[in-house]
Amino acid sequence: MSAPGRSVAATVGALDVERLRRDFPALAQEVRGRRLVYLDNAATAHKPRAVLEAVQHHYACEYSNVHRGVHWLSERATEAYEGAREKVRAFLNAPDRREIVFVRGTTEAINLVAASWGGANLRPGDEVLVTEMEHHSNIVPWQLVCERTGAVLRVAPIDDDGNLLVEEFERLCGERTRIVAVTQLSNALGTINPVRRLVEIAHAHGALALVDGAQAAPHMPVDVQALGCDFYAFSGHKLYGPTGIGVLWARRELLEAMPPYQGGGEMIRQVTFEGSTWAPPPAKFEAGTPHIVGAIGLGAAIDYVRGVGLEAIARHERELLAYADEALAEVPGLRVIGRARERAGLVSFVFDDIHPHDVGTILDHEGVAVRAGHHCAMPVMQRYGVPATARASFALYNTREDIDALVAALHRVRSMFGR
Amino acid sequence: MSDLRDLYQEVIFDHNRNPRNFGRLEGATHRAEGFNPLCGDQLTLYLKVGEDGRIEDVAFEGKGCAISTASASLLTESVKGRTLEEAERLFRGFHAMIMDEPAGEPVELGKLEVLAGVKEFPARVKCATLAWHTLHAAIEGQEQVSTE
Repeated sequence: MSAPGRSVAATVGALDVERLRRDFPALAQEVRGRRLVYLDNAATAHKPRAVLEAVQHHYACEYSNVHRGVHWLSERATEAYEGAREKVRAFLNAPDRREIVFVRGTTEAINLVAASWGGANLRPGDEVLVTEMEHHSNIVPWQLVCERTGAVLRVAPIDDDGNLLVEEFERLCGERTRIVAVTQLSNALGTINPVRRLVEIAHAHGALALVDGAQAAPHMPVDVQALGCDFYAFSGHKLYGPTGIGVLWARRELLEAMPPYQGGGEMIRQVTFEGSTWAPPPAKFEAGTPHIVGAIGLGAAIDYVRGVGLEAIARHERELLAYADEALAEVPGLRVIGRARERAGLVSFVFDDIHPHDVGTILDHEGVAVRAGHHCAMPVMQRYGVPATARASFALYNTREDIDALVAALHRVRSMFGR
Repeated sequence: MSDLRDLYQEVIFDHNRNPRNFGRLEGATHRAEGFNPLCGDQLTLYLKVGEDGRIEDVAFEGKGCAISTASASLLTESVKGRTLEEAERLFRGFHAMIMDEPAGEPVELGKLEVLAGVKEFPARVKCATLAWHTLHAAIEGQEQVSTE
């Protein structure tokens, strides 16, 4: 393929972050007259030039609709789109390319499973098990299908540090449990869940296991075969790729048995007014013209992160987290929410007397972008008795200087509030 | 560039630290709850309206950011003693100021003008207007209002 993605030499040891930062045009801009310190990566990550160029190159040189034209451009577009599917397969170490369904994002992936698999398989009294730390997108789709089918949503609790209580999870996983849906990495607490163990528990009770990988996929190597799960969902935009593209991976026999999620072009084998038959997966779940260029951009993003190396990224972000933990401990009155044994690169915190929104506004004026709010995890906020938290989340391009800037800005928050 | 001090004026810190008319109001004739799902802020506003249609007493309780708390506190001070109609007029005037829209009628906002800086901070507009939407809901007889 001729996409002009710049190759990134595999880095041994520490990341050459200064060099990597130059791959991200957005990081070079000033915000409010200051160097941008972007610490909102759990919301979305910036894009390397390789992704921007792949998107532009495709629109300029290879763009057409996929899977239907007999002309040269359509063949190029199909090749690029299906090439991206292969990149996703390799990224997840999935056994088969046909198990990769392109969707809008993690939210749509989970909705697809809840509506299609859940709608066809859940019966009154059946149970769906989630955890207390889930994002709304791994709660609400299940509530919707439970309402439709009479199934019951169960919630496994977490402890004060944000660890999932695995023994409680196991206790709640019973003979009526049909599926467990768990996050691999909590967006509100930074907790890394023992997903392999949770999948084993689910399978031991005859339940399927869905893993929400929205936060995990950009920050650690993912191997769906090693995890042993049945469904895995993630988004492109948090993985340095475009918005509006994401992935559902599911075991092929599940996709084959599941009814379509949406009807339309592309997903059919034959249509008559008497009835229609479906194309095999993944086409069965990709009704309509897909987000072709989004998929290609995601493919370029996967090339980029694999070039840098997921292990190296994870190590770098772990170091940042340790540095941040130490630095934030020096800020008077700051309390970290989420101190699980296994955490990835994000810190949620509050001041008991200063609201996270005030913190966010003042940090923004110092050029420091963090998220202030409930992080689409209202049950987590309720669990800790806070209306919201401020959250700093790291990516491969963040540095210790970014954390120093955060801490300096937090001192300014305190001095402004006169405490 | 908008200055942070235009948003966080001393008066606002003062009202945030020591909110006026804070707490539950016994014998309230009107009550509404306001909720901002975006940030989790919530407050309950109480009014005690006399037979002459004047707000004899007003109070609020809840939790929110400095802007939302100060705005609620300032609200209670400025509507006490006014008729419901006058309070609604203040709501319209305040809303126009925050949204940077022309007010349809001349409204004397007085010390509420310390919140004028909020218009430069679009992400914080709902913090400043939550209490006022709740007041409006209480007057209209709604029990709950959400600003999203």
